[in-house]
Amino acid sequence: MSMLEIRNLHARIENHEILKGLSLTVNAGEVHSIMGPNGSGKSTLAQVLARRESYVVTEGEVLLDGKDLLAMKPEDAACEGVFMAFQYPIEIAGISNAYFLRAALNAIRKYHGKREMDAMDFIPFYKEKMKLLEVDESFMTRSVNEGFSGGEKKRNEILQMALLEPKLAILDETDSGLDIDAMRIVANGVNAMRSPDRAIIVITHYQRLLDYIVPDFVHVLVDGRIVKSGGKELALTLEEQGYVGVEAEASATAVAV
Amino acid sequence: MSTAIQQLPSHLEAFLQLQQQLPVHRQEPWFRGVREGAFTSFCQLGFPTVHDEDWRFTSVAPIAQTAFHLPEIPEDECNGVTEGDVAPYRLEGLAAQLVFVNGRYAPGLSRLPAGHKGLQVSSLAEAMLKERGIVEPHLARYADSSKEAFTALNTAFFEDGAFVFLPRGLALQEPIYLLYLNHGSATPQIANPRNLIVVGENSQATILEDYVSLGAGVSFSNVVTEVVAGEQAVLHHYRIERESTDAFHISTMRIQQERSSTVNSHSVLTGGALVRNNIQPVLAGEGGNCLINGLFIGNGRQHLDNYMKVEHRSAHCASHQFYNGILDGESRGVFHGRILVCKGAQQTDSKQTNRNLLPSDTAQMDTKPQLEIFADDVKCTHGATIGQIDEEALFYLRSRGLDDAAAKGLLLFAFASECLERMNPGPIRNYLAKIIIQALPQAKQSEAVL
Repeated sequence: MSMLEIRNLHARIENHEILKGLSLTVNAGEVHSIMGPNGSGKSTLAQVLARRESYVVTEGEVLLDGKDLLAMKPEDAACEGVFMAFQYPIEIAGISNAYFLRAALNAIRKYHGKREMDAMDFIPFYKEKMKLLEVDESFMTRSVNEGFSGGEKKRNEILQMALLEPKLAILDETDSGLDIDAMRIVANGVNAMRSPDRAIIVITHYQRLLDYIVPDFVHVLVDGRIVKSGGKELALTLEEQGYVGVEAEASATAVAV
Repeated sequence: MSTAIQQLPSHLEAFLQLQQQLPVHRQEPWFRGVREGAFTSFCQLGFPTVHDEDWRFTSVAPIAQTAFHLPEIPEDECNGVTEGDVAPYRLEGLAAQLVFVNGRYAPGLSRLPAGHKGLQVSSLAEAMLKERGIVEPHLARYADSSKEAFTALNTAFFEDGAFVFLPRGLALQEPIYLLYLNHGSATPQIANPRNLIVVGENSQATILEDYVSLGAGVSFSNVVTEVVAGEQAVLHHYRIERESTDAFHISTMRIQQERSSTVNSHSVLTGGALVRNNIQPVLAGEGGNCLINGLFIGNGRQHLDNYMKVEHRSAHCASHQFYNGILDGESRGVFHGRILVCKGAQQTDSKQTNRNLLPSDTAQMDTKPQLEIFADDVKCTHGATIGQIDEEALFYLRSRGLDDAAAKGLLLFAFASECLERMNPGPIRNYLAKIIIQALPQAKQSEAVL
């Protein structure tokens, strides 16, 4: 059984249909990259998988290890192992990263019937992950993303992912706004998370991130559908030729259908 | 007005009764004239109505229409309150703790200071007898009985309260805790605590006023606190209103600030049915600095009114107001921030921010800035927001595994924390954090998380 099975997914926000019959299969241990022009539905896919309620699914199904993901609330999806690294992480003044993350981790542990982690156990665990993402220990006491630079916010997303150890991680344009150093750090963090029982979906507009996080599969999303899939070399082709070629191909197919 | 007039005879009766009752008051003839003047003024003013601009959003009719009684005379040194009752309100590392029961000093429950030369923390009634020389120059010199009915009522009727005096040059690290217990009774009771805090030149103090109900019963606390911050003095003042939802609470803190003094006022309101929190600093000397920080958390049918009146009388002074409100249920909140910059108060730096979060659709908030500026070289800003819980932030937290209630609890606490973060880190702030968490609409969830 595949970890993630998306079949004929249609989703809309307000009155705009964004996803128009997207299908995708992701197995444990795989890294998939979803690329596509702006407005093609990449972020919508991420939001739907993370169960944001403002995106309405009108057709299709999504199974996570055989369970109906679309029936889950965001917190249930998180507890079932779905993690989305936000394209624009939210700033929350007044709550420290340490408080927030321990609360999140314990919510997930509780869901699985595990003992909650106290601060004594949590802090060393947190510090170890902070080293991996090369962040300063002052992160712990700083408010969630408040006053963080763009790079710090993205590193914090990956740091959260490293702590929460999801089985399905979705990176929504994690590379946007990152300089090369920050991108390398983020990629190291993600690569350290690669494991036979974890799947990672990397959503990006540009190929560059994929030099650091090398995907097993690359899919091209155009107008709400995956129009082309291939190996990591597909990303390079896209980088050279742009999306114009695949877009033309896609509309030609659409006309033919 | 008619309701006020109807109630006046009972107040008059009570006043006469009070004069007979308390020998301690007969021994302070020097203050008798002030009391009588205040009573006359109260009779003339009557209770304010919503036609009065300063009371536009708050009707005190429920107070005016209730016949309150003065509390019974205490039978012992603790006025029927036990050490066990007070146990939750004991804190380590205090300089002193005074306990008042229904406006009366309870020596059996109080802990007096030791080892600080010149520091006085005592019952005001006692100080009026023994320390007239330092009390008389300040008592009833700042709070205005001629214009404010509740101040007049307090001045006419008060029996006791706290007297805190720091001589010049005393930097007191340990906080002074003033605890006001309202002991429930079958008949509605009135207490008029009166506090006088004098922080001498170049001295520093931390003072906590805490208003609490013990048991059920309608009560009315009509508090007046006069604060004098001498030249270069620093005062960190905290006040907690957490009486029962049967309680009426009107408090007026009038702060007199001399040159280069700093007063940080922090108010946390979680209790009371009808609460009015008046904070009135007067920046009388140059270079004064005043922080007016507050948080009010309403639920059910609570009405919490915050009225600020900052008077800049001298140049180079700064006043910063930050009030956050959380209103759930059908509660109602008011923030009225007046800033008065007098002629000659140049280089004034004044800022006012009122932010409100209404998790409930049936709660209501009125916010009103009022700037009156008579100087021409000043910086005055104000801003107010009223909003719901941020959906983006809520989704962010939920996407990490926190359920809806826990996520809301965390966001409400985060909002409340803005107020906490303006307080000095230490035991008082930690103490307040616990009180705030328990008062939040999602208290259980926040407690589990924090």
